[in-house]
Amino acid sequence: MMKNNRHMEKKKVQNTIFTVLAFAFFIFSMLQLDIVPERLMRSFERLTYIFGNMFPPKLNEPIDVFGAAIESIQVAILGTIIGILVSFFLAVFAAKNLTPFKPLSFAIKSFAGFVRAVPALIWALLFIVAVGLGPTPGVLALAINSIGMLVKVYAEALEEIDMGVVEALESAGASKVQVILQGVIPSMLSAFIAWSLFRLDVNIRYSAILGVVGAGGIGWELVKAAQMSRYDEALMVTIVIFLMVMSAEVISEFMKKRANAATAQALK
Amino acid sequence: MGETIVEVKQLNKTYPDGTVALKNINIKAYKGEFIVIIGPSGAGKSTFLRSINRLSEPTGGEILFMGKDIVKAGKRDLRKIRRNIGMIFQGFNLVKRLPTVRNVLHGKLGYMSSVKGAFGLFDQKDVEEALDILKRVGLEDQAFKRADELSGGQQQRVAIARAINQTPQLILADEPIASLDPNSSRVVMDYLQKACREEGFTTFVNLHQVDFAKEYADRIIGIKDGEVFFDGTASQLTDETIEALYSKEKTKKQEAVV
Repeated sequence: MMKNNRHMEKKKVQNTIFTVLAFAFFIFSMLQLDIVPERLMRSFERLTYIFGNMFPPKLNEPIDVFGAAIESIQVAILGTIIGILVSFFLAVFAAKNLTPFKPLSFAIKSFAGFVRAVPALIWALLFIVAVGLGPTPGVLALAINSIGMLVKVYAEALEEIDMGVVEALESAGASKVQVILQGVIPSMLSAFIAWSLFRLDVNIRYSAILGVVGAGGIGWELVKAAQMSRYDEALMVTIVIFLMVMSAEVISEFMKKRANAATAQALK
Repeated sequence: MGETIVEVKQLNKTYPDGTVALKNINIKAYKGEFIVIIGPSGAGKSTFLRSINRLSEPTGGEILFMGKDIVKAGKRDLRKIRRNIGMIFQGFNLVKRLPTVRNVLHGKLGYMSSVKGAFGLFDQKDVEEALDILKRVGLEDQAFKRADELSGGQQQRVAIARAINQTPQLILADEPIASLDPNSSRVVMDYLQKACREEGFTTFVNLHQVDFAKEYADRIIGIKDGEVFFDGTASQLTDETIEALYSKEKTKKQEAVV
């Protein structure tokens, strides 16, 4: 009983120390980063000025916002398709139950993990250095960023399939390619479609941002407008980005429903 | 006695952890024989069947199938041998999302070029043949339904149809009725036996129901502790032999109770 009390007391002291430390760190950070109330107030004034200049949103002729939006979508779709193809190929070798060589599975999974750890924007910067400005580095950045995620989720979906199907086809004399296309893919199709559509959704969001670093698309227009302090144009670009992302979500939702409906129909 | 289809010589299988699954198995099977393998669970029945088409790699011995040694066959040869051996599993192992007829067509994959087969480019003739086989197992009405909409017994008949479509010399059925109710079990066994009689397939069936074994088998092989314990006709299989075959399992069970 005594021991328990002492233990409780010790914990209380500990908690107090942690609280004090956390609070001290908060104050220290504010001072260190120069976030003083005075400055916050001033930024508020500045913000009202910017907001005032944002309305009404304006479309300036020399900027082709809609063309840029379409380019963004193209970058997203191309990046996703390349990502899906490469990922599926790699995932077959990464899935523990299908890989011909266990260390290869580990190697591919680690590679995907590394690729995943590097954000899409960094990939875009790297590819801009490699291939120059424009949509190409954007497509490559999204493709490789997709690979990082899709290899992992496809491999997991592949690892969950019923290996009996693989055995059955192999025992009928089917080749490895036949087993995968005729047996494995149909068994994991719904997971495959769901993840691919989800990735398209993510890529459309990313493609809007990629332009900021010069990898093509609508983000570039946003940066230009902001740099020239044309806040009304910036707002217009933002609205277009919003519409683009929203419609992408609606379309992918519709496609998911269609895929489900097809499954339901096949079930009848 | 007809032509020898399979000859198993001194077959051994030891798992990497040291468990001995099969010890010096010698079995000769002739054309058209319907052989039922019985024995306690864990005796090595399944390992024996799976060794024949090398879903499980034997660690020693020979398996001569139509005169060729399966154990020594390379990858390409193995594919050619396997298309002549149909296999039926306890869990049916159909591609559940695909239509029944497509599952039957999978029996033809071993005869097609890799690319053609991979993309499922079956000829009209193949499709008609598959539909015909489905009719023979009484499932012509289910041909375009998804495989997982069928009952267990029906799915196993689809699996039999897939095996028939391989036009095999040999059929291996690993506990084909273990997950079916008695009625469906009988139907499945009837179709399996009928197909083998009509086509002259040599058939190995693993069963754990001794009564089914006695009823359907031309020949019964009892396997115990990885060795052939009994090999003869149903009438030669006495109650004492059955008792002795399953005795170890019984003593084990008793030990477990105590």
